[in-house]
Amino acid sequence: MTDQRVNAEAELELYGALKDKEPPKEPRSQWRDVWDQFRKHKGALIGGGFLLFITLAVLIGPLIWTVDAKQLDIRNKDMRPLYTLLWDSTANTSWEKPLGSDNLGRDILATLIAGGRASMAVGWTAMILALFIGTAIGVCAGYFRRLDGPLMRFTDLFLSLPILPLLLVAVTLFRQPLRANFGPETGMFILIVGVIGITSWMQTARIVRGEILALKEREFILAARSIGTTPAKIIRRHLLPNVISPIMVSATLGLATAIITESALSFLGVGFPSDFPTWGKLLSDAVPRMEEFPERVMLPGILISLTVLSVNYLGDGLRDALDPRIRGR
Amino acid sequence: MLTYTIRRLVLSIPTLLFISIVIFLLLQLAPGDPMAQVPLTVPPEVKQQMREALGLGAPIHVQYWKWLVQFFWIEPQVFVDWLTRDSLLLGWLPDTNLYNGQLRVISWQTRSPVMDIVVQRLPQTLWVVGMSYIVGILIALPIGIYSAYRQYSLFDQAGTFISMIGFSIPPFFSGVLVIVIFSVNLGWFPSIYDTTHVVTDWASFKVQLNQMILPVMVLALQTTAQISRFMRASMLDNLNQDYVRTARAKGLKESVVVLVHVLRNSMIPIITVIALGVPSIFGGAIITETLFKVNGIGQLLLTALFANDLPMVMTLTFIFAILIVLFNLIADVLYGVLDPRIRYD
Repeated sequence: MTDQRVNAEAELELYGALKDKEPPKEPRSQWRDVWDQFRKHKGALIGGGFLLFITLAVLIGPLIWTVDAKQLDIRNKDMRPLYTLLWDSTANTSWEKPLGSDNLGRDILATLIAGGRASMAVGWTAMILALFIGTAIGVCAGYFRRLDGPLMRFTDLFLSLPILPLLLVAVTLFRQPLRANFGPETGMFILIVGVIGITSWMQTARIVRGEILALKEREFILAARSIGTTPAKIIRRHLLPNVISPIMVSATLGLATAIITESALSFLGVGFPSDFPTWGKLLSDAVPRMEEFPERVMLPGILISLTVLSVNYLGDGLRDALDPRIRGR
Repeated sequence: MLTYTIRRLVLSIPTLLFISIVIFLLLQLAPGDPMAQVPLTVPPEVKQQMREALGLGAPIHVQYWKWLVQFFWIEPQVFVDWLTRDSLLLGWLPDTNLYNGQLRVISWQTRSPVMDIVVQRLPQTLWVVGMSYIVGILIALPIGIYSAYRQYSLFDQAGTFISMIGFSIPPFFSGVLVIVIFSVNLGWFPSIYDTTHVVTDWASFKVQLNQMILPVMVLALQTTAQISRFMRASMLDNLNQDYVRTARAKGLKESVVVLVHVLRNSMIPIITVIALGVPSIFGGAIITETLFKVNGIGQLLLTALFANDLPMVMTLTFIFAILIVLFNLIADVLYGVLDPRIRYD
């Protein structure tokens, strides 16, 4: 009798531990978790916000500030930005040109927006191109064992190329034919995006290959293969969604490097044609007269640096948010 | 270890050959004529003869082979001759006289051997770039150590922020910035690096120091940002290890634990990072050299590019490639030497 009761109590205790003490939480999706973790990283949040702001500003900006960036206005040249009035009330300023005008009277706000458009377009396109090449090579090397050796040797070879000198060589030497075929601006765009993309895919390829090698041995891939899924479908349905997080992190790094590289090329004088503004070009054009007009150097420089800084912080936050080992801590 | 080093050395030969072929073909594909600057009054036949005199008439593979022989066979001979004749180190050896007048790699701009010009320009680059790298490392290591030791402290947060900024400000902006601040507004340092300046006494040494500060500062900012991050991460990895607890339990002083036990272990990956960064600093120096008008290798490459001087461009780019391959190898070998846990065999 007592034995039975003790048993029953013990059983109750045993199963009691299995019972839920609180009502079950609602199931949460993975991306909800990611977002919650991402929100904790203040720098990443601010960085993401700023990147969004800059992208929107260069996209919508020309609709709001409708001054043509190439419009010469030689009578109103060399104007200072409005904020110089704070310490110098005699400065040559005008509400028509809130950030002043350059030595040919072009409106600086408008050229900054146009330059940002070019820089961001180059950055995004080159990053997407590099990501595409890197992912393709990484997936092929990781998934097909026969391709692994040759493709990785190829990647190593590319990693030991001197990138900046080669970029300079390629851009200087192929400027003329591409300009002749596609027009001065499109030709340069294709060339710069192409060379940056072709020379910056290696890190992505390495990371993706490593991830794919580990994923390939998991059971769900075995299951997919045993029901007769073709390799192409395994890669698309099962492998690619699982390597999306390292790809996203290297995408942010790629965007930052692409913007800096484009500006560096423009700065060295091998970038876009002289009447086509980009941030790097605006900066380098302003260097000779920076003593009189420091804002013409500072504004594009600050914009480049802030954009790259925000992209770097965004990447930092994404890395934390997309890593399930760190998430939830 | 020795077999590994030898294997890597042998393997680097095909890598370098491949890179040289890539660069060569890229330059061959390029349009642009070295005779573009020659006056229009020169008749076309003469121009053609001038082209052939520069070695442009031969088929591509012959041109490539000639460059290869010149770079890998004749230039080393010149170098050995110089070593045994004029250098302090090996000057006591009898003259070798290996080189007797064969054609060397000739620059189209100056019609003088490319390597002679490179040797003239190299000290400038090495002074500025090497000094900035050393300064950057010397600043970065203590920052990394301290911010790892006091993780999430105010110092650590500030260090993270500053290194993020160091990553994000491109050298062409930070360079302009320091010129505006220190050279234009404060007038402390010159903005142009005078390469003809010779150090003879204390006053001229101070001038040299003054003109080096700005370019070194710009380059060192980037080095510091990168290496202090790596140092911090590496220290953090090691600070939580069991051997640290053991060392503390033995009653060792905190300074000994951190600066001897932990530091020595965390320096292993850092040294390879430092070795890997050397070639990239040469690349980054192109911009800094342009900005401060340093008459170095990067500036030489740029002017050669604009002047369509293909042998010069080819040789310089290839020298950069050699640096990358060499320092990759050094990094890998050092890693094996320093860390007995790593076995390559």
